[in-house]
Amino acid sequence: MSRARTANAPSGVPTPSVPMRAAKGVVLTLACALVLVPFIGVISTSLATEKQVTDSGGFVLIPNQITFGAYQAVLAGGVVTRAFVISVLVTVVGTAISLFSTTTLAYALSRRGSFGHRPLLMVVLFALLFTPGIIPSYLIVKYLGLLNSYWSLIIPTAVNAFNVIVMRAFFMRLPQDLIDSARIDGASEATILRRVVLPLSKAAIAVIGLFYAVSYWNAFFNALLYINDTSKWPLQLILRTYVVNNSELGASQLGGNEALPPQQSLQMAILVISVVPILLVYPFLQRHFAKGVLTGAIKG
Amino acid sequence: MTFRVDRTAAGQAPRQTGAPGLPGTKTRPTRAGTSHPGRLARLRRDRALLLLAVPGLVLLLLFQYVPLLGNIIAFEDYEPYYGIVHSNWAGLSNFAVIVNGDPVFLSALRNTLVITLLQVVLVFPVPIALALLLNSMLSERLKRLVQSILYLPHFLSWVIVVAIFQEMLGGSGLLDDWLRSNGHPTLAIIGNASLFKAVLTSQVIWKDSGWATILFLAALSQIDAALYEAASVDGASRWRMLWHVTLPGLRSIIILLFILRLGNILSVGFEQILLQQGQVGLGTSEVLDTYVYHNGVLEGQWGVAAAVGLVKGLVGVALVLGANKVAHLFGEEGLYQS
Repeated sequence: MSRARTANAPSGVPTPSVPMRAAKGVVLTLACALVLVPFIGVISTSLATEKQVTDSGGFVLIPNQITFGAYQAVLAGGVVTRAFVISVLVTVVGTAISLFSTTTLAYALSRRGSFGHRPLLMVVLFALLFTPGIIPSYLIVKYLGLLNSYWSLIIPTAVNAFNVIVMRAFFMRLPQDLIDSARIDGASEATILRRVVLPLSKAAIAVIGLFYAVSYWNAFFNALLYINDTSKWPLQLILRTYVVNNSELGASQLGGNEALPPQQSLQMAILVISVVPILLVYPFLQRHFAKGVLTGAIKG
Repeated sequence: MTFRVDRTAAGQAPRQTGAPGLPGTKTRPTRAGTSHPGRLARLRRDRALLLLAVPGLVLLLLFQYVPLLGNIIAFEDYEPYYGIVHSNWAGLSNFAVIVNGDPVFLSALRNTLVITLLQVVLVFPVPIALALLLNSMLSERLKRLVQSILYLPHFLSWVIVVAIFQEMLGGSGLLDDWLRSNGHPTLAIIGNASLFKAVLTSQVIWKDSGWATILFLAALSQIDAALYEAASVDGASRWRMLWHVTLPGLRSIIILLFILRLGNILSVGFEQILLQQGQVGLGTSEVLDTYVYHNGVLEGQWGVAAAVGLVKGLVGVALVLGANKVAHLFGEEGLYQS
């Protein structure tokens, strides 16, 4: 860390000239604005009143009055609410399954010299090199009878080889003495994993778990490919239908009141609802992810 | 190294007493390399460990390796009704679209290559430049803040990114609203077929350049500060330091990421493109992945679609292996070492 800081301003290196620093500042401020302005616009429009949305031609950057009408309409129990619940359930169950199978596999691969260590590791590593094609993946899901089932949103993507490798690298850097002494005390492998390894790996598990959760939450194509029944669609497909493709959201889809807020506000409210869970975990993700990503980059 | 051997020996020796049931012949740790316990003994010793690997391994085999067998239908006149086993063989006829150059296929291939080229040239350097800018920031706290803002879009789904771009640049989006209210002609950037590839590229930059800086920043922090000091003693300007110290320090990671990118040369933003094809038509937007999806899953030409997908996958693996070889020739570590 101190090394990083000295690299920032090595001793004896002339500090950059004022115009140079100003130019850098402008570029970075611009980059941040490009990310933030759309977010502010989306949130503002979802909260703005009908009159302001109509007056502005559809998009509001600073609302002069705040209303939660769009959120009430969207969360009243119609298609959006259902999709939200489906997405939450798929994400929670999927992340649990992914973490279980990833940690167990990573732990099993973390001991050099165990039976089949190298071939098993090769199986995982080789999976990084190719992605199975769309058609063969579709066929296997079909043969397993998972089409139109929520499981098709979870099982095919449950184990990510890259995450296994990252987790394994983390496990291998734990103090081996602890694991060895637990084994001497007669603990089984499952007990060692649960009682010794996992408590020491909370940071890694948090990062990998969040990566899995974000990917389940964001998954769009799997649902398009495997689920024909629109009543089983997760939030991302609802977003595509009503926000990207601009299908009309009426009272029949949303259930409840006839006097709906403008379509633009409804769309922005759906967008906000699908971003909020990510924003909630983001500070946590951010604290750990650099570490998590870099563990994988360091040779284990 | 010696420390490692000591630790293994210490951990291993008491295990013989701890597990008296195991054959006494297997004594020394394999890592120390003195004598290997028998295969069978090792299997018995590690069976609990192997059992733990089963769930993950089964999932990986089932959805990563078994689908490879499904590629058989590339050589079949596949009919879902008959299934893989009972469909008729078609030999290599499914590959005719590739060999004979079916116009729709060629157009998809051309679009794919153009988009890839655009992205390698325009997208690849952005995170490197951003990382250099971030790295030169003097305030650690400000740097942290800028990083958290720039990383954020990476965690949004493509549906959200596409929706946000529509709201910003579409016909009724922020930009056109502003132009309209100020009496200028509107641009309607989204939905304009001739700007489609530019929009795709800027979406990729917006979503992932911030995140991609992480690896470059890590590499930058590994550069020895003494090199900068030595350079400054020699009177090097900041530009010369960038050229002679900083960029060489990034060489390995740039090559590594380039190899990975090469393997994906035929895969360009499948979800991203699929979401936006309706607005601009298939002529400019069809790429190989969407071609496979449209022809296979939607049109029912399973064999042809699988054949195109198979060739695409093989080319990808060949490119990664080839690029890795080339990296070795230049003395770089690359992706892996054999």
